[in-house]
Amino acid sequence: MSRSRRITIIAGTLLFVSAAASVLLLRRIDHSREAATLQNVLYISSPKTLKHLSLGYQGLLADIYWTRAVQYFGGQQHAAAAQHYELLAPLLEITTALDPKLTVAYEFGANFLAPAPPNGAGEPKKAIELEKYGIENNPDDWHLYYNLGFIYYLELRKYTEAADAFARGSQVPNAHPFLKILAAQMARRGGDAETARMLWSATYQTTKDHDVRANAAAHLRALRVDHDVAELQKAVSIFYNQTGRWPSSFSELESAGLIRGRPIDPLGRPYQLQPDGSVEVANPDDLPFIQSGLPLGYIPPKLPKFLPSD
Amino acid sequence: MNGRITHIATNTFREAVRDRVLYNLIAFALLMSGAAVLVGQISIGIERLVVINLGLTAVSLFGVVIAIFIGIGLVSKEIEKRTLYTVLSRPVRRWEFIVGKFFGLTGTLVVNTFFMALGVFAALLYVSRHFQHGDGWILIALYFIVLQFVIIIALALLFSSFSSPLMSAVFAFALFVIGSFSEDLRGFSAMTHGITRVLATGAAYLVPNFSALNVISSVAHEQPVSNHLIFYNTAYALFYAIMAISGSVLIFERRNLK
Repeated sequence: MSRSRRITIIAGTLLFVSAAASVLLLRRIDHSREAATLQNVLYISSPKTLKHLSLGYQGLLADIYWTRAVQYFGGQQHAAAAQHYELLAPLLEITTALDPKLTVAYEFGANFLAPAPPNGAGEPKKAIELEKYGIENNPDDWHLYYNLGFIYYLELRKYTEAADAFARGSQVPNAHPFLKILAAQMARRGGDAETARMLWSATYQTTKDHDVRANAAAHLRALRVDHDVAELQKAVSIFYNQTGRWPSSFSELESAGLIRGRPIDPLGRPYQLQPDGSVEVANPDDLPFIQSGLPLGYIPPKLPKFLPSD
Repeated sequence: MNGRITHIATNTFREAVRDRVLYNLIAFALLMSGAAVLVGQISIGIERLVVINLGLTAVSLFGVVIAIFIGIGLVSKEIEKRTLYTVLSRPVRRWEFIVGKFFGLTGTLVVNTFFMALGVFAALLYVSRHFQHGDGWILIALYFIVLQFVIIIALALLFSSFSSPLMSAVFAFALFVIGSFSEDLRGFSAMTHGITRVLATGAAYLVPNFSALNVISSVAHEQPVSNHLIFYNTAYALFYAIMAISGSVLIFERRNLK
């Protein structure tokens, strides 16, 4: 073997071995720095200072911080102890301060901040501050008013403030017509299921994001289950009052003329009638957010299960 | 290390000193003393932080600039001046020339960093009047900066072995910038799907990871650096440098120098 060929073989082998080793080591480094990395990015927590340091490229820096916020939220949500999101609010604050026109950060950022853990950071007040800052900087974007009203309604049950947000949003040029209806509905009967259904339907129809759409669909299904179970439970009670015993099946309720057909949940699975007369869903894991129809002692999964078809 | 590599390394070091590379130490000394004196007058409570952040950032940036601009000329300058033919006409192999050049410039930057580190500690002593327990971590940050230089020198050599000095500088500097955001790059790739994910992940792992080598902010806040990270970073920098040098040896071995 010639000397040159020997050197080529040795150098080539070294190249591949060291490339593989560096990739493996990089994975170990990432693993050992996982917790520290995001803490580090917040050493400069002042958006003003960051703006100066970005040398005018704050748009790019805002995009990077927004990506970091998304990664942090996603990472924490999948972590075993998915209850702490303390870096989320500062990351979003920096992102929006660097680029106040980055409306996606308000829209999704507030959705990350507002819901209670593990679905979000459980900081609805900070989410409202974020939306208000977004509206201040983007007064012509009706989505921001809609999101603000949504948080007031869903997380804080403040129907007057929610109605006000929807009403203000409806005055924005090119606002979606449903904002006017929502404002009126909210002012009239904020807390009922029909209003909730309308809000989630509006979200389902207007969002372009797959995750938000899946979340809205799951909430709509949950509202339907809650309604179905309440109606079925009512029929079971009437049957009990008429006969003095619990029905053994839904067929008995059907024969008694109390329901029509075999009741099925929104996923097409039949509801279950228990010997004690309670009505339950067949698979509660597939129906997150439901309040009724849960088996006794049921423990929901850490993360709500969304269906791929949504 | 064999004698021929040692000779080439020593000559590279001497040449760098003759090229007045170490003059940057004067600019660094002026920057540090100016910062140490001024910061106490214009700010409250962050004198120590500013000296550490500014000092270590300057050590890193000065070194990176030297590593790139000297590194890219290591091979091309020798070809241009035709001194390479004199070297290779002696019993020196091409790979020994590359490895010698690498060690020579690494040595230059280690010496340069040593003097700059003295400057950082002197400025720190001036503003704090005494050293604190956490100041020891600054040495780790400096060690990581040297590891950064090792990777950049190897990359500059790699580009220098097949490209013009200008393009080599552009490539090396671009990789330095991209490598500084490598963690974000890997984060972006994790969010993609399908073939984009494969390509993005491949690219993210191919670029050097400078973000893990930058612990300036955390040592400024007296945060400890784990032994694991020190070990992994050391091994990573060495393997990455070996990879880049192997690449330049492969290219240089096949290069037609006639």
